[in-house]
Amino acid sequence: IIHKGPRNDKYSVLLPTYNERENLPLIVWLLVKYFGESGYNYEIIVIDDGSPDGTLEIAEQLQKIYGEDKILLRPREKKLGLGTAYIHGIKHATGNFIFIMDADLSHHPKFIPEFIEKQKEGNYDLVSGTRYQGNGGVYGWDLRRKLISRGANFLTQVLLRPGASDLTGSFRLYKKKVLESLVERCVSKGYVFQMEMIVRARQLNYTIGEVPISFVDRVYGESKLGGNEIVSFVKGLLTLFATT
Amino acid sequence: MTKLLEWLFGVSFVLVAWAVVSFDLLDLSLPQTYREVAWPMPLYLLVSFGCYSLATVGYRVATFNDCEEAAKELQEQIKEAKEDLRKKGLKM
Repeated sequence: IIHKGPRNDKYSVLLPTYNERENLPLIVWLLVKYFGESGYNYEIIVIDDGSPDGTLEIAEQLQKIYGEDKILLRPREKKLGLGTAYIHGIKHATGNFIFIMDADLSHHPKFIPEFIEKQKEGNYDLVSGTRYQGNGGVYGWDLRRKLISRGANFLTQVLLRPGASDLTGSFRLYKKKVLESLVERCVSKGYVFQMEMIVRARQLNYTIGEVPISFVDRVYGESKLGGNEIVSFVKGLLTLFATT
Repeated sequence: MTKLLEWLFGVSFVLVAWAVVSFDLLDLSLPQTYREVAWPMPLYLLVSFGCYSLATVGYRVATFNDCEEAAKELQEQIKEAKEDLRKKGLKM
């Protein structure tokens, strides 16, 4: 069943990119496909951080193909981080809802109608994609990776009791005002930034809905989780534990 | 109150209750059995929590969904997308 929302709901998709020349056309094609089929009003905002591989040039081609009202380019000079990318994107978003997701095809746009319907179901302030509940899951992770992921998530649940099953996920739908108020309060980086967003949302009594998603890790290669990332995750978790 | 403070309060409360019962700090003259049961409680709770954690994480790793279908679907859609974009004039 496809529910068409009231005519004045518009969904802005923020796509921060860095060296996504290969993936950008594909993610845009999928977004256009699923938004088109669903009938919801949307725009895609590409925030490229000065990618040396020509991502912006590909984005310009996509803009010609799909139209400047559907593909907005708001590039930046260099890699400046996710939080500021969101702030930058929000400034130019004309939608009243904002999707954030990865541009590397690990998040699949086919879940977008589910996010939207979930949001409408409970008028949630934010809807979080979860890999850990329902038929959510991951493709391409070995045992070590799964163990680290579940172990880290368990530790996070025990320490923070966040009321959401997947804290480090970055496939989410926010009401625009909610995203604005959260981003300006969050100070962490990387994985921890996404965790902090949820924790702050709880502090501010925002309501959180969840949608199980499949996460396909790295179509074109392997992503590794090294010692450094684990250490910075634990540091970030402990900081959130002590300060929120 | 931060989560850290909540934990500190909670743990302090449990430890104080345990000390009061185990060492009879308030001269309550509780039956010997209370003291015998209370005494090993902190260690027992820690070990139980450790086992619970291992079991829970182990279970969750074992039942972690492998999205084979999703990966296949994505590969097919990538082919479809490349073809369609080529037709629309995209030069990769």
